[in-house]
Amino acid sequence: MGSREKDGLLKQIIVYALLICIGFVYLYPILYMISNSFMNLEDLLDTSIKWIPSSLYLGNYKRAILNMNYMSSFLQSIVVAGVPTLINVVVCAFVGYGFARFKFRGKKLFMGILIFSYIIPPQITMMPTYVLYADMKLVGSLWSFVLPAIFGQGLNAPIFILIFYSFFKQIPTVLIEAAHIDGAGYFRSFLRIAVPSAVPAIITVLLFSFVWYWNESYLTQLYVNGYFSDGNWTTLIVELKKFDTTYNPQLSMVVDGVYQSNNESIRMAATMLSILPVLLMYFILQRYFVESIDRTGITGE
Amino acid sequence: MGKKEKVKKVKIGKLAKREARYGYIFIAPWLIGAVLFLIKPLIESFQFSLADIRMTPFGRRITFVGYENYTQIWLEDKDFPFMLAAYFLETLMSVPIIVVFALIIAMLLNGKIKFKGTFRLIFFLPVIIVSGPVMLMLTGQGAATISSINIQAIYNTLAIYMPNYLASAIADVFGNMIMILWYSGVQILIFLSALQKIDSSLYEAAKIDGGSGWECFWKITLPLIKPMVLLNAVYTVIFISNNENNSIINIIQSAMFAGNKGYGYASAMAWMYSLAETLIIGIVALVMLTRKDAYDKQVRKFRKEMRKEQRAIKRARRKGMRYAARVNKKLNKALKAAEPAEANKQR
Repeated sequence: MGSREKDGLLKQIIVYALLICIGFVYLYPILYMISNSFMNLEDLLDTSIKWIPSSLYLGNYKRAILNMNYMSSFLQSIVVAGVPTLINVVVCAFVGYGFARFKFRGKKLFMGILIFSYIIPPQITMMPTYVLYADMKLVGSLWSFVLPAIFGQGLNAPIFILIFYSFFKQIPTVLIEAAHIDGAGYFRSFLRIAVPSAVPAIITVLLFSFVWYWNESYLTQLYVNGYFSDGNWTTLIVELKKFDTTYNPQLSMVVDGVYQSNNESIRMAATMLSILPVLLMYFILQRYFVESIDRTGITGE
Repeated sequence: MGKKEKVKKVKIGKLAKREARYGYIFIAPWLIGAVLFLIKPLIESFQFSLADIRMTPFGRRITFVGYENYTQIWLEDKDFPFMLAAYFLETLMSVPIIVVFALIIAMLLNGKIKFKGTFRLIFFLPVIIVSGPVMLMLTGQGAATISSINIQAIYNTLAIYMPNYLASAIADVFGNMIMILWYSGVQILIFLSALQKIDSSLYEAAKIDGGSGWECFWKITLPLIKPMVLLNAVYTVIFISNNENNSIINIIQSAMFAGNKGYGYASAMAWMYSLAETLIIGIVALVMLTRKDAYDKQVRKFRKEMRKEQRAIKRARRKGMRYAARVNKKLNKALKAAEPAEANKQR
């Protein structure tokens, strides 16, 4: 609670102890994953070794890289997450500005539909949409992600539209009216005044959209990868999902010259590898992630 | 003056019209998308759910079967009804846990704390990496349960007091404790940012009046962040429902391509599922909106008292007026009586 000036020492200690304990619980799965991914087979079977592996064994990572076809999957992941993200940002900013700046009939209704479209599970519209894509021969191509993004129906687009909406609401209308007096049209004032002042919102949407597209596997597997894996695209997360079924000991024999069936450590290494890019992004851009919610003004004034 | 105003009005009307037109232009992409990717699929999906759809070499064959898919799900499907019930129970149980937990952490972080940034970084980390396959991998390899918590023991003790399905649901919650905590990253930040916006003078005023920290929480903090509690609760429901760890949505997907089920059956499943989700959101909203908190109570009490006081004042005023009128009358009478006497004296 906010403004207590003199917290008792005991209270301080309790607060820190709680935070550290909960923090540990939070990090536990990640620590477990990292330590396990470096264990070789003997360490894994040895019950006396729980946390620290006897040596830094990299064979698991090599096997995971080979089985996930890492470099190509990684690059594809960036495209699959990046292209719809860019479109998402542009379209959501555009639509959010429309909702925030103009008065028109039916606005309340449209906002209602917007929120409604976030609440209903995607499963309900999944079948007809899949049929639509299948008829248009878009299943298995990137278009099945790009097309809805163009029409403001990308992944979590309602949230992003609302973020832009609440952000553009804060821009004083006087500014934009002044621009109109100076002869700027509506699109010009949007591009020249609204967009430059919305940089924090743009960064937030960019980061979250990317991370959410990166982590999406349900729809990615269905639309982009193709349910029968017949698509042209794959992502690291989809590869991870299929890891157990596609694991090939013959392929991974290249590493140490030994057959090694799929085991815990290899799975953990694969998991680590598939989240590593976003993890690095998070630590580099941490400020933008953590402050995002403050800066978008979701919580109101 | 009047003429000028009229001219101005006409201009504003024109401007408003043009503005409205541009408003539609700006939201046009979304509007088209909503029709194309939301409303049309919604209608179609309902039609699908009443039909039997089979893939044939000559394309899709759609035959209308009425409610058959629904009755089949409820009467013949071995898994779906039970999974739906389990989803319903587990979500209803996890939502309060997640929201309360997020609030506690946010309040811990809101004080004057060193390494605040680091803690925030840790608590927000899961948001970045949480995804179906990663979670499945972590839970599958036992990374999600701290081994010292004995789930079976919890289940056994609970099973004595309550029906089995409830006990197993609670035991599941304990078993996936870390995962539940992992779902609360966004909620923590929303609470934290709301807490930081509370005016600290409120707490100072309360402290001067002798309010304890406990009272401050119930009477200041909670009422002020109540909208955020609702927001977080709804967000949590949606997050859990769309999470791939949720086995129902995977069953729906596999039913889509299963030879004996198909799109129709899967659509019916999806409708049942979203009905359950809407029901949960409805319950959450109902609980949040109907419960009057301390603030509301205080306000109502205050208003009541104000009204009472005002009535009393009015009454007193009326009484006073009547009294004053009476006194006035008397005075006038006395004056009138005195006037002739005085006139006589002077004479």
